[in-house]
Amino acid sequence: MNATATKVDNGVNVEHLLAARQALTDAPNAAQFKWRATCNWMSGTHSRSTVRSFFGLGAEQAHKTEFTYDADHPEVFAAEDKGATPVEYVLIGLASCLTAGIAAVAQNRGIQLRSVEATVEAGMDLKGILGIDSDVRNGFNGIKVVFNIDADASKEDIAALVAQSQRRSAVFDVVTNTTNVAVEVR
Amino acid sequence: MIHPITLPTGRAGTVDVVVVGAGHAGLAMSRFLSRSAIDHVVLERGEVANSWRHERWDSLRLLTPNWQSRLPGYKYSGADQDGFMSAQQVAAFIDTYATLIGAPVRTGTKVISVTAMDDGDFRVVTDRSTWRCRCVVIASGAHNVPAVPALAAQLPASIQTVTPKEYRNPRQLDDRGVLIIGASATGLQLADEIHRSGRQVTLAVGEHVRMPRMYRGMDIQWWLDAIGVLDERYDAVDDIVRARRVPSPQLIGTPERNTLDINALLERGVEIVGRLVGVNDGKAQFSGSLHNHCALADLKLTRLLDRIDAWIELNRPGVAHGESERYAATRVAQEPRLSLDLARNRIGTVIWASGFRPDYGWLHVPALDRKGLLQHDGGVVAVPGLYTLGLNFMRRRKSSFIHGIEDDVHDLGNHLTSFLRRGASGPRRASA
Repeated sequence: MNATATKVDNGVNVEHLLAARQALTDAPNAAQFKWRATCNWMSGTHSRSTVRSFFGLGAEQAHKTEFTYDADHPEVFAAEDKGATPVEYVLIGLASCLTAGIAAVAQNRGIQLRSVEATVEAGMDLKGILGIDSDVRNGFNGIKVVFNIDADASKEDIAALVAQSQRRSAVFDVVTNTTNVAVEVR
Repeated sequence: MIHPITLPTGRAGTVDVVVVGAGHAGLAMSRFLSRSAIDHVVLERGEVANSWRHERWDSLRLLTPNWQSRLPGYKYSGADQDGFMSAQQVAAFIDTYATLIGAPVRTGTKVISVTAMDDGDFRVVTDRSTWRCRCVVIASGAHNVPAVPALAAQLPASIQTVTPKEYRNPRQLDDRGVLIIGASATGLQLADEIHRSGRQVTLAVGEHVRMPRMYRGMDIQWWLDAIGVLDERYDAVDDIVRARRVPSPQLIGTPERNTLDINALLERGVEIVGRLVGVNDGKAQFSGSLHNHCALADLKLTRLLDRIDAWIELNRPGVAHGESERYAATRVAQEPRLSLDLARNRIGTVIWASGFRPDYGWLHVPALDRKGLLQHDGGVVAVPGLYTLGLNFMRRRKSSFIHGIEDDVHDLGNHLTSFLRRGASGPRRASA
């Protein structure tokens, strides 16, 4: 399906994204962003995180409103289950990043989306975090993402869409590649 | 006016054009300039076709068949049209061309600096002479310096690191295992050869381009040419910056015309891992993106084959070609290894088949971008009078191929000629 054949609207302003890409190519310093979150311990394994400000385009920026997220552990961990488990936030981050990418790439390629659903499942061996076996890592031993996509496109074009979204995904990169993490106490 | 080739090499002079590099690109431009009676000189740091003589591994053969080895006014005329030249044969081919066209080459003349003068002329200083000229054509190649990532510094001292420039054959390496970084033609060919030598090989795979050697009875290069892929222009693709970064296709030139892809290496016992993303504590860490990189390459291969099939249907209806084929998806392991303890797995060598970049350390004109690459529009550099040749997808997808130089030299030669004509004094005669 071609963009010129029918009016494709996935709710993504591709022209704006492409203009931003050009602007940031010409002014690479403006491309330097800082993402932030603040996390407060509530009680037990329950914590409450907020996101509000970030830095980018050479200035302080802010979301329209402050977003709040409760994190906890489920009852099988003897916790009160007041929010999603931190590792589930990682899955949310990955799935939502890939999904946003699919919408943007589809818009750019003139593909009308009708529905996109991602199901994410990650395996974990608790022998790691519980310190039972030092050969077992704490984190996931693998993540599986399954997309169900209804769109005006061939099977191959949809596969290419999903592949391209991974190529351009920040969270996919964070999860699949290594990142230095500096933790300090003040 | 050809500059007399007998001029003492140490002598300085004034010419209209200095061509830097006597490979196929510089020589093809030299032929154009000679035929247009433009006074010029070709400065070569070593011998004609120097990198083919001194910077290639022993078994390397061209990725293009002999029938495609053609330069303006010259082509391969041997019996083995479908064969692939060795590096030494390429050197001989280019050497013969230099003699045939009577190129004014100064060998053993290394360019140390190019600067712009107040009047717009260039001063070219070499290790034995100084030249003044109105135009400079940079034909020194795109593969001057191996692109070795910064994390190379984290490798333990017990590991020998080798670049494709230094690699000759497996006998250079100790008998321990080898980790090869990069899955272009170079990475796959070295993985294949080193694995055959009896060494254990791990290949780190990022973005790559998968291609069969033969498709429907013809060499894949024949199809790329026929369907117009090689002629695609730099100003007609969506994202030229990205297109120029695409690694060379996974091909090898053998008498059997075999396909060399990741599946072939897997079958032989080469281990495939993701892109190298870190080295920590003597452990190499690989990206978890291997599945996607292979899926992308498989999808692009299918798209290319679809395009070939469609072209045949449209353009050669009655012609008997082999059957349309689709190849098995790349067989990535369910859970590819994410880290490799180099000592525990007896890895002795890391080979950086991670690409090359050009070296413009001698070019002191404001023509480089923040990544040190030339800013140019299809070979016309942002500084008037400065041109380049032979870069990846410079004007056309074939720009970096031997046979791709003819069209680029034609376009840029004409541009350069008008530039010289526009000058107040017209083409300058040699003062030497």
